[in-house]
Amino acid sequence: MTEGNPVLRVENIVKTFPGVRALDGVSFTVMPGEVHALMGENGAGKSTLMKVLGGIHQPNGGSIFVEEVETVMAGPLEAKAKGIVFIHQELSLAEELSVAENIYLGELPLKSFGRVDWSTLYERTDAILKKLNVGFTSRTKVGDLSIANQQMVEIARALTVDAKAVIFDEPTASLTDAEKSVLFEVIADLQSDGVGIVYISHRMEEIFKITDRITVLRDGQYCGTVETANTNEEAVTQLMIGRKLDLSRNASHHELGDVALEVRGLSCGKLFQDISFEVRSGEVLGFYGLVGAGRTEIAETLFGLRDPSGGQILLDGEEVRIHSPVDAIARGISLVPEDRKGQGLVLGMNCRDNMTLPQVQDLTSGPFVAEGAEIAIFDQYRDRLDIRTPGWKQTVGNLSGGNQQKIVIGKWLSMRPKVLIVDEPTRGIDVGSKSEIHKLIRELAAQGYAVIVISSEMPEVLHVADRIVAMYSGKIMRTFTSEEVTEDSLVQAISGLGGEKVA
Amino acid sequence: MQAGALSNALKTGAIWGFIVLELIFFSVAGQYLSLSDTAFMDIDNMLLLFKQSAPIGIIAMGMTIVMINGNIDLSVGATYAIAAIVLLESMTWPIFAGLGDWVIPVAWLLALGAGTLLGALNGLIVWKTGVDAFIVTLGAMLGYRGIVFMFNGEQPTSHLNWTLVDFAEAEVFGIATATWFLLAVTAVIWFIMTRTVHGRNAYAIGDNREAAVNAGIRVGPHMMINFMIIGFLAALSAVVFYSESGSVNPNDGQLYELWVITAVVLGGTKITGGAGSVISTFGGVLAIQLLRKGLGHIGADTETVNLVIGCILIAVLFLDRQLNIKGKEELKV
Repeated sequence: MTEGNPVLRVENIVKTFPGVRALDGVSFTVMPGEVHALMGENGAGKSTLMKVLGGIHQPNGGSIFVEEVETVMAGPLEAKAKGIVFIHQELSLAEELSVAENIYLGELPLKSFGRVDWSTLYERTDAILKKLNVGFTSRTKVGDLSIANQQMVEIARALTVDAKAVIFDEPTASLTDAEKSVLFEVIADLQSDGVGIVYISHRMEEIFKITDRITVLRDGQYCGTVETANTNEEAVTQLMIGRKLDLSRNASHHELGDVALEVRGLSCGKLFQDISFEVRSGEVLGFYGLVGAGRTEIAETLFGLRDPSGGQILLDGEEVRIHSPVDAIARGISLVPEDRKGQGLVLGMNCRDNMTLPQVQDLTSGPFVAEGAEIAIFDQYRDRLDIRTPGWKQTVGNLSGGNQQKIVIGKWLSMRPKVLIVDEPTRGIDVGSKSEIHKLIRELAAQGYAVIVISSEMPEVLHVADRIVAMYSGKIMRTFTSEEVTEDSLVQAISGLGGEKVA
Repeated sequence: MQAGALSNALKTGAIWGFIVLELIFFSVAGQYLSLSDTAFMDIDNMLLLFKQSAPIGIIAMGMTIVMINGNIDLSVGATYAIAAIVLLESMTWPIFAGLGDWVIPVAWLLALGAGTLLGALNGLIVWKTGVDAFIVTLGAMLGYRGIVFMFNGEQPTSHLNWTLVDFAEAEVFGIATATWFLLAVTAVIWFIMTRTVHGRNAYAIGDNREAAVNAGIRVGPHMMINFMIIGFLAALSAVVFYSESGSVNPNDGQLYELWVITAVVLGGTKITGGAGSVISTFGGVLAIQLLRKGLGHIGADTETVNLVIGCILIAVLFLDRQLNIKGKEELKV
């Protein structure tokens, strides 16, 4: 499959920003029909490299070759014209327009007097959609499509040009397993057409499933390219972070306390039904399931963001009613939300103010905020969680994902909660910080917090949870202890197969 | 030096740099073009400038809070007119006839109360219905102005109380009453925004409302308080101004909302909320007044003034955008 001239080759690319050497002599080649993974921690230079390829940044040195012809990418349109196409992590679609209009946006086929040639437009689009084998038509409104299908629209857009190399940036971040396999089929089709694929992802399983070679970047430097078949996760991780990573299971070795939170028959309309579970202090309870299985919605209900339609919530054996986050926080329930930037942090504010946001009303002297007390709290949790920031004045938006997540966790720890709910603790966080967050979650449990971890990543729940609740379509299929859980049984339970329902 | 420090310094200091530029320009141009003999930078002229800045400036402080909070209030001009009518009219009511000059504080309180109440009404609607503040206050702008005309038709409402006029025209340490009010309001709002929990939460809500809700902040009450503050300040602005002038036309205060927003935006407050500074708004207010006064000084007419201010507003925001983008690798759109 991987014969002939490389479709894309970069050599010794150097890109500097004031004070930073973002790319320092990076080289890699993509052969036709190859899936080439590009890996590295956040900040390793992957995005900068993509922007150089896409013509958004001009490199300070090095060259780009498309089919062995040296090319200067003057801008995004030129990159596309040369056959280098990007599928971005963040979708950029006009939701009110049809699929066809989105795909040919800016290049609508025209008739005389600038009128749109609708029939040609729909015809061409349908031809492309047929190739992708999707379940919607060229006339469907994009806003009515699922995220996965919207991504298919982005891919279809890429196929309108004679693509030589398609670059996928974290394409599976918001896809379910079923949707992922459709995406992988599309990638395989592109591959057999001789298109070179660059695949950027943090997810090891996928990398090992679909790629041929892996190129690793670290701190803007090229660390090497390996054949996927000749390596393993541990070796790649080590290459990425320059050290070994502990991925072993990690069940409690300490005594569990009393039941901190008990949920009996909790329901919320169609979102989830008859949910019952308990968490003891000192325990990490994992919630595993597909996106849309109702896990996040349960967390939101416990935190007062949704009103349940039935069931009971008991804290320390006492029934409580929680109608708002204010109630939840007052009773010692905290939520580290799924979308860190959208729901967890005020990005324009500094680290200290974010950290003390839920309790600033209690940190006052007279009518004024007691800034000294705030700084004391910040310092305490910065040290405890090892948050790396130049100081409390740093704007949170400038921190790395791992440090941002620690700010959110620190914010809640400083409120001394009983129950800490962490939704997707390591989404979009690089491998090194990931293991730190996992370690932190284990430590919190050891200190006596009751922790609920919601995750879409199986290694994560297996690694941090003492017990795992497997959810499927709004229901609990089975609760596993860490001794009895196997990857197979877990996958079956969350797919709605074979799991015995446990009340 | 940290990367971006220069553009930050430019951003925060921009409005003051602009003011200095205006002063130099009008001083020099005034030498050649002015019809009057006094220099533009004459001390009396500058003190007058502060006084003339007061009506817009006092309201602009409230607008800064409301906009940082992620809202906007278009009804301030109409609230201003209503408060003025309440002030002048209530002093003539027979039930207060026995009060003598004690009618003044009563009328003040009534006017300020009316403004606060109208602001509270805006806030309550925004809070409870979830309708965008732009729409709610656009409706309020029309509605409140309607009330003004219902009250007295096209006729002006007039009442002169000489004790009040004396107070309003007084000068302490050479600084006019209206200027003192502007300075005091600026100081108080500055303290609220930088030192109190309410100010902190207002920033947080404006920057990321969802995160604020998730941190247990009660968003609605904070928004309502801010609308009450701006309603109060619109009334205070009217009270200070009409204590001196003693006569209000039903059209008074029209377009004030736009002047106020112009000053706030010139001062660097983000129209989407979450960022802004009371001190910079003060600069924005002065800059506009300087421009109006300076253009008058060199003989331009009112229409020209508006044209120039409009152009400068857009130019300043363009510059601000350039400074903001610099260093960030933004996509070209």
